[in-house]
Amino acid sequence: MSQTSYAPGISAGRISADTILDNFADLHPPLTDHEALVAADRCYFCYDAPCVTACPTAIDIPLFIRQIATGTPESAAQTIFDQNILGGMCARVCPTETLCEQACVREKAEGKPILIGQLQRYATDRVMASGVHPYLRAPDTGKSVAVIGAGPAGLACAHRLAMHGHAVVIYDANKKAGGLNEFGIAAYKSTHSFAQDEIDWLLSIGGITIHTDRSLGRGLTLAQLQDDHDAVFLGIGLSGVNTLALDGDHAGLCNAVDWIASLRQSDDKTDIAVGRNVVVIGGGMTAVDAAVQSKLLGADTVTIAYRRGRENMSASMFELDLAASKGVRILYHVTPTSVDDGSITFTHSETGEEINLPADQIMRAIGQTLENAPETLAISGGKIKTDDHGRTSISGIWAGGDCATGGDDLTVTAVAEGRDAAEDIHASLMGKG
Amino acid sequence: MADLTTDFIGIKSPNPFWLASAPPTDKEYNVRRAFEAGWGGVVWKTLGEAGPPIVNVNGPRYGAIYGADRRLLGLNNIELITDRPLDINIEEITRVKKDFPDRAMIVSLMVPCEEGPWKDILRQIEDTGADGVELNFGCPHGMAERGMGSAVGQVPEYIEMVTAWVKKHSDFPCIVKLTPNINDIRYPARAAKAGGADAVSLINTINSITSVNLDTLTPEPTIDGWGAHGGYCGPAVKPIALNMVAEIARDQDTSDLPVSGIGGVTTWRDAVEFLALGAGNVQVCTAAMTYGFKIVQEMISGLNQYMDEKGIASVSDIVGQAVPKAKDWQDLNLNYVTKAEINQDLCIKCGRCYISCEDTSHQAIAVSEDRVFTVKDQDCVACNLCVNVCPVEGCITMRQLPLGATDERTGKKVEEYGNWTTHPNNTAANCS
Ligand SMILES: Cc1cc2nc3c(=O)[nH]c(=O)nc-3n(C[C@H](O)[C@H](O)[C@H](O)COP(=O)(O)OP(=O)(O)OC[C@H]3O[C@@H](n4cnc5c(N)ncnc54)[C@H](O)[C@@H]3O)c2cc1C
Ligand SMILES: Cc1cc2nc3c(=O)[nH]c(=O)nc-3n(C[C@H](O)[C@H](O)[C@H](O)COP(=O)(O)O)c2cc1C
Ligand code: SF4
Repeated sequence: MSQTSYAPGISAGRISADTILDNFADLHPPLTDHEALVAADRCYFCYDAPCVTACPTAIDIPLFIRQIATGTPESAAQTIFDQNILGGMCARVCPTETLCEQACVREKAEGKPILIGQLQRYATDRVMASGVHPYLRAPDTGKSVAVIGAGPAGLACAHRLAMHGHAVVIYDANKKAGGLNEFGIAAYKSTHSFAQDEIDWLLSIGGITIHTDRSLGRGLTLAQLQDDHDAVFLGIGLSGVNTLALDGDHAGLCNAVDWIASLRQSDDKTDIAVGRNVVVIGGGMTAVDAAVQSKLLGADTVTIAYRRGRENMSASMFELDLAASKGVRILYHVTPTSVDDGSITFTHSETGEEINLPADQIMRAIGQTLENAPETLAISGGKIKTDDHGRTSISGIWAGGDCATGGDDLTVTAVAEGRDAAEDIHASLMGKG
Repeated sequence: MADLTTDFIGIKSPNPFWLASAPPTDKEYNVRRAFEAGWGGVVWKTLGEAGPPIVNVNGPRYGAIYGADRRLLGLNNIELITDRPLDINIEEITRVKKDFPDRAMIVSLMVPCEEGPWKDILRQIEDTGADGVELNFGCPHGMAERGMGSAVGQVPEYIEMVTAWVKKHSDFPCIVKLTPNINDIRYPARAAKAGGADAVSLINTINSITSVNLDTLTPEPTIDGWGAHGGYCGPAVKPIALNMVAEIARDQDTSDLPVSGIGGVTTWRDAVEFLALGAGNVQVCTAAMTYGFKIVQEMISGLNQYMDEKGIASVSDIVGQAVPKAKDWQDLNLNYVTKAEINQDLCIKCGRCYISCEDTSHQAIAVSEDRVFTVKDQDCVACNLCVNVCPVEGCITMRQLPLGATDERTGKKVEEYGNWTTHPNNTAANCS
């Protein structure tokens, strides 16, 4: 018979397939035409709008909202894509509550910002659904650029380079392109096959070849890439995970990012095993996503255990409210010390108390690290050191996204850095040639 | 990509969006910013004759009418023509035109109603490189008290006389800007044509008092306890302007006279409406004053998208398309019968259609206990009020009854075209 949330251990199918389907539907369903017009009408068309400044890709938000309000969402999408070719994904995954919508003057005025993210989705969905790709490649320049990593940084870089007429070859270590868009983002933010559809749409500009299962450091060398291409862009993200020293053994210990990746690769998620009692260790977006998705799969209790206080947590208030609304509990100031079969023990850093929680499954979400970065590159704070243009310490090699210094670890920041590096690569290749 | 370039009486511009003569075009600084933002042309703020400059009030110059959410719908002003010295304006015009040769540069003029001053000012601006002149016969306050502006525009004979002087003393293409503060716009338009004008532009602002301060009981804007009527513009005046543009396009005497459409143009849609009713291009003032110059980007992208979608190759192909369809009431088909229809999936159950019809119209909307609103075909006269008050676009529409169908309200079958001139109730028709 079917199992329930209360079945002990770790198992799949705790709740019915239909409930899982419902639980993983769009966090924000798409706006209808009427909702979009009402939302767009609230925009004041601010001068030097604070929302634009707050957007890492600097999308001209008042302009695209005015274009929606005047009945041309297709032109609105063009305004968005001009700055951010992954505007569709960003509309879904950006923590708008800490970016554009936080800066919206109507957030200040009434605590109710314009629904910028959802309007962005309204416009971009329209164009992507029509199958139209609104950019053409410039005439071939005869230059070739290698892009390592097909995450948002690499894809944005590749697209902009293709627009300028360069030939782009992307190499990715994984079996599928997309980076964390495909393997990391919460399933209720990027639903169905959106990540792959967006890549297909992006690649339809032409001039970009993707090789999957090709890894820098394992087979591919920087020297070889530099020989074969006129420039190299590294967008390799952070593929390592921080480990955690704990006394004892526990069969249900895993990395949150691996568990999320398998969840994202499952079609209907009925095959994804989750514990009855889940404990997630960490305090960022990954911890929240792992906890919420455990709950949505039918876990009975889910606890996020964070070693410091709320004020240090990188997850936003919106994310924490979301977690709370799904029934996730958050413990602050707790450091894990030991594990045993079916449980985990923490010490409270302020009171010194010992806390023992039942735990069938323990997920580590305590940060990702740079891996396989070429040793010759200068590193700063665990990331590849880059300047404002994305240039690394070695001439001819650029980097951007999570693997590079500068900016937050966000999809939209990766897009901005990939795009800007492409512009600099273009300038330098054309200057040279 | 559609072709937005326009040729208006021989004056070329990359798009049909010009800034009207007003504060946005008063200085080199503003006009440079406008051109950088993408405007196709400007009509420089009206110049007066050399000598001591005009003075403006030093209190508030504008009053406003707002819609919901404090959206500016109408603006009123008591500003006069440029208050900067003529020679400085001329230097600036010359410099800007040199740097932006592809944009239209029109100089607006207003001097006393005598041949000498007109001859002088035309000579003074001869070497600016400007593409044309616009004669400001429209300003309804201040200048009119001095026998200029709308004081000229309200007397067709003066319009013809001054226009003829301008054509006599210069080769500039000449646009005559008309005032709407008049009974029938066709007379000043015919006079401009008779005087040799190459085009007319309209409308200038409408006489208005925007509001009265209820604490001090003074008209707004208030200058030290008093107010004077000013000129009204912005989205609220668009319908008045559209009609006047159409009147000129429909008039046999002036149907070939090019028109620059002005009055409430705020989005690309407004612009297309003016073009369709016969304007060769549009001029914008209030929308730019409300939102800044960047709105032209939406106007350009919107017009572009519209033309691409409709397969229209050039702006001139839009011009006048709606004119043959602008008729007199007596030409309308009285046998055209429609009924309102409410889309239940879109209805948000606000009840506005119901109460407006019930209280103020024909009691033709029924409401059920569970708030489902439906139209009673036997009572609906198809007035369109429910469509107009419904907050959801496309929720209520008008369905046309096919030929031969029975109108439940009248019990009659829908017949072929028939208008008032032949209607049995028209006694005048019967006796002719
Ligand atoms: C669980 C989780 C949830 C998140 N949720 C959000 C969110 O909701 N909103 C948001 O804005 N951000 C979110 N982020 C952050 C966001 O996903 C990243 O900031 C973003 O994906 C970084 O893009 P990138 O292109 O730099 O790297 P990645 O997306 O990590 O892509 C790097 C790519 O490089 C490839 N690669 C790595 N090493 C090599 C190598 N040696 N050779 C070849 N290829 C290699 C990888 O296979 C991968 O495809 C989340 C992150 C995680 C982990
Ligand atoms: C403050 C202000 C000053 C104006 N000054 C002039 C002027 O000097 N000369 C002129 O021809 N029209 C003047 N106008 C009228 C505008 O050019 C334009 O005809 C009118 O505002 C209607 O267009 P709109 O609805 O786009 O504002 C002025 C309008 C405003 C608001
Ligand atoms: S808009 Fe500028 S000039 Fe006018 S009142 Fe305000 S600050 Fe003064």
